[in-house]
Amino acid sequence: MILRRVRDLALLIPSALLVAVGFASVFANDTGDLSNVSLLYGAAFLGLVVVAHVITTVALPDGDPYLLPLVAVLACFGLVELYRIDESLARDQGTWFIVGLCAYAGTVFALRKDYRVLRDYRNVLALAGVLLLLAPRLPGISNPENGAYLSVVLGPIRFQPTELAKLCLVLYLASYLADNRQLLVQEAKGPFGVLPPLKYLLPLLAVWGATMLMLFVIQDVGSALMYFGVGLALLFIATGRLLYPVVGLTMFAFGARLLYETRPTIQDRVAAWQKPFDIAIYEKDPGGSYQLAQGLFAQSDGGMLGQGLGGSIVDYTAKTGGTYPLPAAKNDFIYALIVNEVGLIGAVGLLLIYLLIVWRGFKVAIVAHDSFSKLVAAGLATVFALQVFVIVGGVTKVIPLTGVTLPFVSSGGSSIVANFILLALLLLVSDRARRDAREDLDRAKGGAWR
Amino acid sequence: MNQGVRRIFVVVLGLFAILIAATARWTVVEADDLNQNALNRRPQLETARVPRGTIRAADGTLLARSIKQDDGTYRRRYTEAAREASHFVGYSYTNAGQDGIEKTHQDDLVGKVSSAATLLSALRGNERGNDVVATLEPKVQRAALAGIGDRTGAAVAIDTRTGGILAMASTPNYDPNDFATDAGIKRSYSAAGKPMVNKATQGAFPPGSTMKVVTAAAALASGKYQPDTLIDGSSPLIVETVPLSNFGGEQYGKESLTYSLTHSINTAFARVAEDLGPDPIANAMKDFDFEEQLPIDFPKDHLLASGVRDSRTGKLIPVNADVDIARVAIGQERLLVTPLQMAFVAATIARGGDKPRLATVERVLDPDGRTVKRLGDGKSAGRAMSRRDAADLTGMMEKVVQEGTGTAANLTGLSVAGKTGSAETDQSRDLTDPWFIGFAPADNPRVAVAVVLKDIVGGQGGINAAPIAKAMMEAAL
Repeated sequence: MILRRVRDLALLIPSALLVAVGFASVFANDTGDLSNVSLLYGAAFLGLVVVAHVITTVALPDGDPYLLPLVAVLACFGLVELYRIDESLARDQGTWFIVGLCAYAGTVFALRKDYRVLRDYRNVLALAGVLLLLAPRLPGISNPENGAYLSVVLGPIRFQPTELAKLCLVLYLASYLADNRQLLVQEAKGPFGVLPPLKYLLPLLAVWGATMLMLFVIQDVGSALMYFGVGLALLFIATGRLLYPVVGLTMFAFGARLLYETRPTIQDRVAAWQKPFDIAIYEKDPGGSYQLAQGLFAQSDGGMLGQGLGGSIVDYTAKTGGTYPLPAAKNDFIYALIVNEVGLIGAVGLLLIYLLIVWRGFKVAIVAHDSFSKLVAAGLATVFALQVFVIVGGVTKVIPLTGVTLPFVSSGGSSIVANFILLALLLLVSDRARRDAREDLDRAKGGAWR
Repeated sequence: MNQGVRRIFVVVLGLFAILIAATARWTVVEADDLNQNALNRRPQLETARVPRGTIRAADGTLLARSIKQDDGTYRRRYTEAAREASHFVGYSYTNAGQDGIEKTHQDDLVGKVSSAATLLSALRGNERGNDVVATLEPKVQRAALAGIGDRTGAAVAIDTRTGGILAMASTPNYDPNDFATDAGIKRSYSAAGKPMVNKATQGAFPPGSTMKVVTAAAALASGKYQPDTLIDGSSPLIVETVPLSNFGGEQYGKESLTYSLTHSINTAFARVAEDLGPDPIANAMKDFDFEEQLPIDFPKDHLLASGVRDSRTGKLIPVNADVDIARVAIGQERLLVTPLQMAFVAATIARGGDKPRLATVERVLDPDGRTVKRLGDGKSAGRAMSRRDAADLTGMMEKVVQEGTGTAANLTGLSVAGKTGSAETDQSRDLTDPWFIGFAPADNPRVAVAVVLKDIVGGQGGINAAPIAKAMMEAAL
């Protein structure tokens, strides 16, 4: 047991090294002033990671040992990049990290006994989710940006409710599908002979409806894609029927097409995606491809090995009256900044860390005993993976660009808090599943200590 | 259900593979295209971030250096000596781009490093470009400017042993420091006297009688003429129904080729050209790199090829096709040359017919002061004429300065070889472009020069241009 604890602590070494080397490189590149005070951010951040580790080992001794260290690597990497853009961003990120850790600890302790109580609150969760989604349109706290309603403003705090809403959606779907999957699997013939009876299509329609609501009311295509994807994935996992994703994707395509026809801002996004280097589209403001093109230039500047941490040109001419070489480097385009600094090699490393987290998440789903736990774990892992795909795919011109955060790396409080709660839920499911598995094994071995 | 989870994971794997492929596309596969995309301003921003190396003149005078701004970027400052040689030094600013040797030696000045070295250099800290030592000699440049004064004109001096440009004067100058602001750029381009045209390398002047040097080279190369071959110098000569006269309508009898050059007899050289025919003249011009860009490390958009140009389109016309060769031979017709071209002709004769590879920079030094590159080593750019013909021509040109039209270029105690020119540009207002080309010392040449002034009333090469050439050669020796 002690050996395991030591091993778990050793898993944090990569994060520590990353912070040390990262900060050192940024210093080396910023030949101006080198202050010991700013180095403290790094040390304090590492301290927080250790605190999170202690909370986890005490409260969830059987939780997946790799998830937290992997998240720590992401968070440390994000901190170095934010520090590199602006010292105050790193300070804010550190503050949000503390809030996120509180949310993490709160979730763990509140649900430590049995997180499955959430299953009984699905209608509350659904309502909360819809309210969160609609919040950005409420007068007084609404804060539209580029035609999309992504955030609310409460005094000094800017909050993106879609980040929390994604957790509500996954929990709601997991609960609903765990209860009704038997009915959905049955070979019942519906109105058109092929589809299941209408009432069994309800969950699908509900998800589709929520997604369309998002598309048309808050005009956030990226989040809509994320939500709809996780909905289809959970339906497929719960029923094993390919029909759901196929019909679902067709319906999504129909909705997206309708949106494209009726909303000029969406047409601009698609045009910018198709021809980012077309001079007319490039210079169009707002709604042009300037950001995307600059993001691509930053990536090509990075090349295979990158310009080194601190080597990217982020906001140079902003001060001399020119234009931003890399707009939104701290959130939407942080991936382009990372590619610029650590190159293709570093970017692949980052994506592999995300993939490892997703893999651990799916592994929890497979090990878990009951269907609710399986669906929760798989849903959280899927929504996490889709979020990475939507933003990285947008920055690399795979899909039209929409602003969602790069989990644990982008600057942004709501993203950190929501993803820490996501991590807490995953670890709760994992702790339960692995404890059950261990106890089964112990019983089989006659109580022998592993 | 576990199978469904596994399948979804396979889909996620596929999505991440797409992301990696897309990142590889922009960072590796299409990186070169993107880096060169016209919308991409990163290369220029890069230059503002790394301090460029300094530019110094051959005598050590500071010409340009980069000064750190409050915002952490670096900005170029040009000294008085650089403002005197603005066309040569050029400028470098984020908004304006580069010009002059700032442009041709951009890679040296920013100290381009291979991408594998970037991680190391990032950790090593303070990156800095290489320093450049130019071939420019400020005292020669100053002599040229002082001589030209507030008139429009140009002068070039070449170190005949190294091919280095000692002076490149073009008036009026501009102030490279003005290019830091958009307003300054605009002002420089709209200023009177077209300061942004480098008259030394792209100014198109009729060469007048300085062209007789090339004609003489063609005559010697043909084997039909020696310095003492006699030619009829009577005036006028009817060429293509239009009479061609000597300067001031002067009459000569049968005179030697040397005497004809010494006194710049138009009719004699026109008769030589008619006798030789167009091809030998055209070949001699080609041998001196007319009709093409000269071998020099200087921005291509400032280099104009010399030759006969269509007066309407400005396009080059081959000399041996439908051109009045007798008038080309004495520097008239539609022949237009640059001062750099004529200095190149003089330098080539000075080198015994061997064309020099011209240079604007003699050394590149790394930040620790080690020489990483050496240029201007006097390498040959091919042969224009035989050593014997060049020696004969040198002797003829010495006579021009000793007792002919170019006596004003005579240096005490040193022999100078040269040729004057006075190209009429507006007969009604008596305007000419006076020229002098030459080199010194004639027996062991070290410097070659070309000087021209624009639209001087009653101007004569021997009176207006020769003293400037003399001052430049004096300063160089």
